Amino acid sequence: MPLDNVVFWVFAPLSVATAIGMIVVRNAVHAALFLVVNFFTIAVMYLLLDAPFLFAVQIVVYAGAIMVLFLFVIMLLGVDRGDAPGERLFGQRATAAILAVAIVAEMATAIRAGIGFATRAPEGFDEANQGGNPAALADVLFRDYFFPFEVTSILLIVAAVAAMVLALRRSKAITQQEIEAHAGDDLEAYAMTPPGGPETMRERAR
Amino acid sequence: MRTPIAYFLLLSAILFALGSASVLLRRNALRIFMGVELQLNAVNLSLVAFSRLHLELDGQVLAFFSMVVAAAEVVVGLAIIVAVFRRTGTTDVDRADVLRG
Amino acid sequence: MIDLIGLAIAIPLLAAGVNMLAGVRLGRYAGWFATAAMVASFAVVLGALLDLLSMPAAERSHVVAAAEWIRAGAATVSIDLRVDPLSITMAMVVTGVGSLIHLYAIGYMEHDPRPGRFFGYMNLFCAFMLALVLANDFLLLYLGWEGVGLCSYLLIGFWSDRPEAARAAKKAFITTRVGDVMLLLGLFVVWTHFGSFDFDTVLGGEGTLPEIATGTATAISLLMLGGAVGKSAQLPLHVWLPDAMAGPTPVSALIHAATMVTAGVYLVVRTHVLFEISEVALTVVAVVGLAGALYAGFASLGQYDMKRALAYSTMSQLGFMFLAAGLGYYAIAMSLLVAHAFYKALLFLTSGNVMHGLHDEIDVRRLGGLRRDMPLTAALFAGGALALSGLPPFSGFFTKDTILELASHDGDVYAYVLGSLGALVSAWYVARLFFTAFIGDRRYEGRAHEASPVMQAPLVVLAIGALFAGLVLAATPEGRLATFLEPVLGPIVEGHAGPSTGVLVAISVVVTLLGIGIAWRLYRPSQVERWVSFPEREPGMAGVLGHAFYLDDLYAWIVSAVGLRGAAALEWFDRTVVDGVVNGVGRLAVWAAGLAPIWQSGKVRRYALSFLAGGVALLVFAVVRV
Repeated sequence: MPLDNVVFWVFAPLSVATAIGMIVVRNAVHAALFLVVNFFTIAVMYLLLDAPFLFAVQIVVYAGAIMVLFLFVIMLLGVDRGDAPGERLFGQRATAAILAVAIVAEMATAIRAGIGFATRAPEGFDEANQGGNPAALADVLFRDYFFPFEVTSILLIVAAVAAMVLALRRSKAITQQEIEAHAGDDLEAYAMTPPGGPETMRERAR
Repeated sequence: MRTPIAYFLLLSAILFALGSASVLLRRNALRIFMGVELQLNAVNLSLVAFSRLHLELDGQVLAFFSMVVAAAEVVVGLAIIVAVFRRTGTTDVDRADVLRG
Repeated sequence: MIDLIGLAIAIPLLAAGVNMLAGVRLGRYAGWFATAAMVASFAVVLGALLDLLSMPAAERSHVVAAAEWIRAGAATVSIDLRVDPLSITMAMVVTGVGSLIHLYAIGYMEHDPRPGRFFGYMNLFCAFMLALVLANDFLLLYLGWEGVGLCSYLLIGFWSDRPEAARAAKKAFITTRVGDVMLLLGLFVVWTHFGSFDFDTVLGGEGTLPEIATGTATAISLLMLGGAVGKSAQLPLHVWLPDAMAGPTPVSALIHAATMVTAGVYLVVRTHVLFEISEVALTVVAVVGLAGALYAGFASLGQYDMKRALAYSTMSQLGFMFLAAGLGYYAIAMSLLVAHAFYKALLFLTSGNVMHGLHDEIDVRRLGGLRRDMPLTAALFAGGALALSGLPPFSGFFTKDTILELASHDGDVYAYVLGSLGALVSAWYVARLFFTAFIGDRRYEGRAHEASPVMQAPLVVLAIGALFAGLVLAATPEGRLATFLEPVLGPIVEGHAGPSTGVLVAISVVVTLLGIGIAWRLYRPSQVERWVSFPEREPGMAGVLGHAFYLDDLYAWIVSAVGLRGAAALEWFDRTVVDGVVNGVGRLAVWAAGLAPIWQSGKVRRYALSFLAGGVALLVFAVVRV
């Protein structure tokens, strides 16, 4: 039996299982951990698809940075307790289920009409991967996609700045008391300027 | 590789559907966000699969960009969630219905 | 002067304009100005009469084009006036009696703050009435008809601060409106059949008869009779006349005794050709007249308000005129019209004297013994009463009783017997008024002051006319007036049935004396307590007579039961259905608008669901298409 088949048929169900697990568990930290495992499985998929660079980047960026960030926030805010049971919105569950099934069905139909279920990956990928996958990728990236590359770098800077601005607060730590003091606030108040008025926003930025 | 590309695509679809379910059915903002990440990953997977099918690297480059943007998005999104949490003490998105008509 | 007949209308019309616009400036002179205008108008008419008399009888019909009314391209409608014996007779009555009443009104209205308005309306009325009687075609006649109706409304409601006057004015206008509509329909039929309103065309000129089928003639006649019934207050459109007494007494005398109410008689007499073609119509006229005469006579007996009693008397006398016309004695109807104008105006104005002298008291139960304080008034009233009662040699005898004579000679038993009954009741009610108000003991407080010479002078003239006009004009059925009217109305053909004239005269005198005698027995001074307390002792009978057999109440009930219910039903329909639809559209819009916010729940997850659902739908679309 070919190796890639075995690998696929081991990791694909694992991927689905961890995704399901992420949805159903009550504890948010557990859910995040399930997602981490899911990312790992996807990384393996990349490997199967002859994209070793993305395999590495997936693990480093997604599992290593993004999910860590998630876990930071979850534990910082202490919201691992999970939602109250029961769905408050009428028909949400049913519709969501229907839509999910619809998506999969559509994809299957599209595949059937398009490439067909039997098509295997064609052979000539090594030519595209001249000089190793990273080098080939860099070639495409810095030539054909140079402009988007620069734009994404700007995007990252903006995101960093935005995060700093949003997270700025008066110089006290979040305490449980403060949380409880604001527990009843409506989000309307947050729709306006932050407490203290626009001046404080500018002050903080200085 | 002997696995048909179609199976990768189907896997991608299933993961996308599951990600959507998490977005729609969870009230905790962070759980929703995790669902969004799952959706993004599913799409990345299908991009790479198509790249393999068409013997071009453009799909991989696109997946790469997608990851970059996803990272930036996570940063900002979590900052927002934190700020909102500080204000209201909750991450329940159903509580944020001020724009109700 | 015949050519200048238009001035007879124009002068009062202009004077009316002046008085209405500048009456405040004229002040006390407004009345004199108006009276002068009337006298001038009378002079014009008199001149025309004299001209007419100087011509041979056969030529006494002239059409004078007085002015241009409408010009529409090639077609012009000019105001044509007709000068013939019938119209001149009416015009003489209007201007003659009218002038005297105007003179009287100067004194009667001396304390009124708005004499200019009053005399303006009076002159305007006379102008319209003259237009009516001098018209040569139905269009101008109808203009005058409507105009006098308007002026009647204005004058009845002259004291607009009195609610009963305002109500009476409205009632008069609306009731006569019913008649006016019928007249208008009649005019429509005339136009459809003849293509013209001209008298010569419709009524046949110079002795020829118009070409018209019996049925059409019946229709036209009955419709015109409808109009006449309204204007002349005959059954069943009479209910406005007693209430119209709420207006000033000169108005009652002029409009509701001498002139406007006679317009109906004039109309029937003028169009008698059509009535004769349709014999049915003529019979209807006689029946209406006779019924009205009897009905009103009895109703008069139940009235304690002197003016109301006289109003019913007017209706009764008009009934006799209609009876005469219905029996074919048009000239006698005109004679009665002339005589009635004199004595009824006299009776009204003397009652006006009473009101003037006693601060508007007119209930006979609170009068009595007036001859001591107002001897001249009492004498004048007596004169009018004698004229009305039909005692020879006064006017009533030569007119009203001639009708009965002719009826008898034609073998018309019903008309004679019932008419005689009516004559008896006439004598009874007028004597009643005299006995209760003018003799016996005084039942009022203080003194009553006699009227001024300005007021008495015209009354004296009227009294002379009332007493002697019959003798002069209608001593016999072929008297002067009848002969004068012959070219227009045809000769009076006397039959030979029944008792001889002498017997009939005797019977007539007996009937009259009987009527007066009954009145004396019931109302002589010693019987005061009895007749004053009549309403308490016999409330049923007093109610029936006092309310004129409750016809007016019946009409009111019909209006409220049918009219108001109908109005309420329509109002319900308008409010519920029509407004319901309109409001319903609004409510529908609001409800539909309310549907939208259901989706705007503000819940992010719902919106996410929408995104996804939309996306899936697009995908389906793409997949299916491919």
